[in-house]
Amino acid sequence: MPSTITEKILARAAGRDEVSAGEIVTCKVDLAMANDVTAPSAADAFRRMGVPDVWDKHKIALVASHFVPAKDIATAKLMTRMRQFANEYDIEHFFEVGRGGIEHILLPEEALTLPGQVVIGADSHSCTYGALGCFSTGVGSTDLGAVFATGEIWLKVPETMKIVYTGAPGEWVMGKDLILSVIGRIGDDGASYMAMEHTGEGIGHLSMDSRLTLTNMAIEAGAKSGIVPPDATTLDYVRTRQEIMGRPNDFEVFHSDEDAHFDKVIEVDLNTVEPMIAQPSLPSLSIPVSTVERRKVDQVFLGSCTNARIEDLRMAAHVLGDRSIAPTVRLTVIPATQRVWKQANEEGLLDLFASAGASVSTPTCGACLGAHMGVVGPGEVCVSTSNRNYVGRMGDPTAQVYLANPAVAMAAAVAGEIVHPDEITSAPAQAVLTGG
Amino acid sequence: MGKAFRYGDNVDTDVIIPARYLTTTDEKELAAHALEDLDPTFVERVKPGDIVVAGKNFGCGSSREHAPVAIKGAGVAGVVASSYARIFFRNAINTGLPIIECPEAVAAISDGDEVTIDAEAGVVRNETTGEEFKGEQLPDFVMDIVKAGGLVEWVRSKNT
Ligand code: SF4
Repeated sequence: MPSTITEKILARAAGRDEVSAGEIVTCKVDLAMANDVTAPSAADAFRRMGVPDVWDKHKIALVASHFVPAKDIATAKLMTRMRQFANEYDIEHFFEVGRGGIEHILLPEEALTLPGQVVIGADSHSCTYGALGCFSTGVGSTDLGAVFATGEIWLKVPETMKIVYTGAPGEWVMGKDLILSVIGRIGDDGASYMAMEHTGEGIGHLSMDSRLTLTNMAIEAGAKSGIVPPDATTLDYVRTRQEIMGRPNDFEVFHSDEDAHFDKVIEVDLNTVEPMIAQPSLPSLSIPVSTVERRKVDQVFLGSCTNARIEDLRMAAHVLGDRSIAPTVRLTVIPATQRVWKQANEEGLLDLFASAGASVSTPTCGACLGAHMGVVGPGEVCVSTSNRNYVGRMGDPTAQVYLANPAVAMAAAVAGEIVHPDEITSAPAQAVLTGG
Repeated sequence: MGKAFRYGDNVDTDVIIPARYLTTTDEKELAAHALEDLDPTFVERVKPGDIVVAGKNFGCGSSREHAPVAIKGAGVAGVVASSYARIFFRNAINTGLPIIECPEAVAAISDGDEVTIDAEAGVVRNETTGEEFKGEQLPDFVMDIVKAGGLVEWVRSKNT
């Protein structure tokens, strides 16, 4: 039977020849991930399940990312509970503060998420890993505790929404703009319970960093997963990371059959996509930046698992050039992982941001979830490169949060208001997106 | 029977329990802030047995299991919504918060109506108007987890 890439991966993991959308199947998990917010409850649930040991200590990743470095005593205690669990069960992949970063950027760097796998994470943005051609989805802590105990998870095989990209992205257009325009079209629950498969020749123009942004926000359309079928860019990235990390694990590459059943197909002509901005307080309220009402900005946040990879920081630095941050704006830059931080440092980007008047911090989720390192106050306006602008997400419920790509965010930081990056500089930006 | 607290579409887990309270996993502490950024008076007004009634995509956003735990901890007997975001749906089943998917019932319930639910049967009764609705049937596999009392008990039962 013709199958989608998602059906093929789930069939492999369920030990079946084929599965089809709508079926409930039990799948073997290749990697189970939790962070400092979700791991303590997952560990508690696991302990209550009454099994003597975790199913595979080599296939669990625990990442300190959300409230790190610990912001108060309560979060220090959460970290302790995660650390104790990691020690007690001798978990191989435990990433301490200063040795990791935000999980969704870290695990692909570490070559722990690979094409063809089933990855289950106790964090909703676990859909990010699908950019590598794996099935990957987010669950809650109790579900993850059950994976710790059994190595398996029940899943309803999702229907697939195929998104076909044609053409090539124009100036300033990044993965963020593609996904914001898709969510703007289909709505916040437009892909509910579905797999979003991003295909078409247009995808070939996207770097791995931009693809990871594309799948990162599948959940903002209600999707179960996002996936980009592996191509030369994917395989080149994965093999390079495996070599650097010394992890020559096998993986299997799947593709959808041409005549597979897609529940919905939408087309996106990249030539028509402009830099986008999602207005307060839903990701689906996205419109081209060129049409948005100019508005004074109090804070700009360049960070999160959506847009704090090296490409993102380079793009922001490209817009900034030798300009300064507007005196009325606070800019917070948080590279997503220790590796990104170091590379940005080597390239002089951190110094450039700091010299322009930005606060530059250690890897953490921080401001993205209104935890620390840049919480927004009552009535403030913030442009963020993260993925959610829900009421209260980044701090006070009366704050107004806009979502945009790093070029648009930096343009706001320089201008002091929401503007198109063209108003800041006309230096060509596409070169930034293709470099290593 | 309980009173209906009626809300709209896309009630996300950030308003159900804001991240600033995720520094604990304790049910009582979380419950003290349930729905705070959506309805600051909810916690003062809610009584044991009351029902949350909402539109589509309830529980969207973050995977935090603290969300169903906070709602349940506040004494809510169950949630009736037009549809659920999938992670919230799983989390509610796993942690034993009764949920029913029934757009017809949602359309016919006003804030403050008296409502009775039977989550296992998927039945919602608006006692104020006398109307009765039948929600979406849960798949058998999921029903097994509900009947076991949640996922922890379900896994335990498989291992003994
Ligand atoms: S950066 Fe934000 S969205 Fe990403 S994992 Fe952290 S809190 Fe979640």
